[in-house]
Amino acid sequence: VKIVIVGCGRVGASAAELWDVAGHEVIVIDISTRSFERLPSSFQGVAVRGDGTDEDVLRRAGAEGADLFLALTEGDNRNVMAAQLATEALGIERVIAKINDPVRSKAYAELGIATVCRTGLMIDAMNEFLGFPPSGLAGMLGASGHSHPTHDGAGHLAPGGGGGSSSPSHIHARDEAAPGAAVEA
Amino acid sequence: VFVLVVGGGKVGYYLAKELIDSGHEVALMEKDPTRARQIADEIGSIVIGHDGCEGKYLGEAGCNRADVVAAVTGDDEDNLVICQMAKHHFDVPRTIARVNNPKNEALFRHLGVDELISPTRMILGSIEQDIPVHELLHLAALGEGELELIEARLQPGSPAIGKATRDLDIPEGCSLFAVIRDGVASSLRPDSVLREGDKVIAIGKTECEAMLHLQLIGDPTAASAS
Repeated sequence: VKIVIVGCGRVGASAAELWDVAGHEVIVIDISTRSFERLPSSFQGVAVRGDGTDEDVLRRAGAEGADLFLALTEGDNRNVMAAQLATEALGIERVIAKINDPVRSKAYAELGIATVCRTGLMIDAMNEFLGFPPSGLAGMLGASGHSHPTHDGAGHLAPGGGGGSSSPSHIHARDEAAPGAAVEA
Repeated sequence: VFVLVVGGGKVGYYLAKELIDSGHEVALMEKDPTRARQIADEIGSIVIGHDGCEGKYLGEAGCNRADVVAAVTGDDEDNLVICQMAKHHFDVPRTIARVNNPKNEALFRHLGVDELISPTRMILGSIEQDIPVHELLHLAALGEGELELIEARLQPGSPAIGKATRDLDIPEGCSLFAVIRDGVASSLRPDSVLREGDKVIAIGKTECEAMLHLQLIGDPTAASAS
């Protein structure tokens, strides 16, 4: 499975390491090369420095045709925007955005992005441990709507950027990168 | 009209001020408390010192009864989220976003933001409009600065195309002395016929420039009108 992770923080880096070991094809994007220090030296995937909310960066990193796209930076809104670019411009089907504000988390699930909310997750983990009733704040929400109601829901933003089609150029770019190496995007 | 402005930078501040002056009801959200207090001192208690991206505070600011939400922070992702939350969560009829990266315009529009203002795009457009395509190029100043070495590239529409140099009305104190055609320089004779794409090199007094322009490039007023 080809997985794109935007944001190489604790969560992003740990997930990248785990899925890399499990044999998936992992691409990690972060605005700072320093954050790639969190990846183990054994990391076989690709680490790309760049802004995950910039469509050009996502394409250059080879995000097109990914099976899974995870926006896990520290900024809720950056995650929202990266996730929407992945859905609308790159046509990626399975997209998750980390949104720690429960209101925004719920709102964007209704707009068609699966969301994961640390606030809800942590509170309910503690509630469970302490024997208190669940909070009602959802930690993980599946997509339940569409993010572009002005359109009929069919078709994506960029006709040329349809998902699933792997262009030879980005396959080549990935082969060039040394395993675990950080390449400029 | 009740307008909710999010982002208390220069744009948000002046926008709120103007709106108040023209009698609208305004609320301004600014997440930096210091900046929020500073603006509040000047324009009053309509300033809310909270993050307008956060659903809870948008609600408290009265987003659900806003007629217009204007997201004018310096970050595109914040402006997008503010407009989407306003539109889909609070049913605001009209959302306006400031877009810094012109490449984001298509996405914003696609995702339902009603109006986009892109300062980058506007300045770009203005610059591209103001740069004259057909101009004389100053290569060097000669002597005491009274004489200039000038290059004129003959673009389509130039009145000099197809004419011999002797038929051009070249002002006194000015001489066309060489032409560069296909990368080859040769001297201009009275019977040399000029072609499109030629680069004509001239020496002349500074005051001859307008006349040279008219003869080699064309009428500037006619060019800009077309």
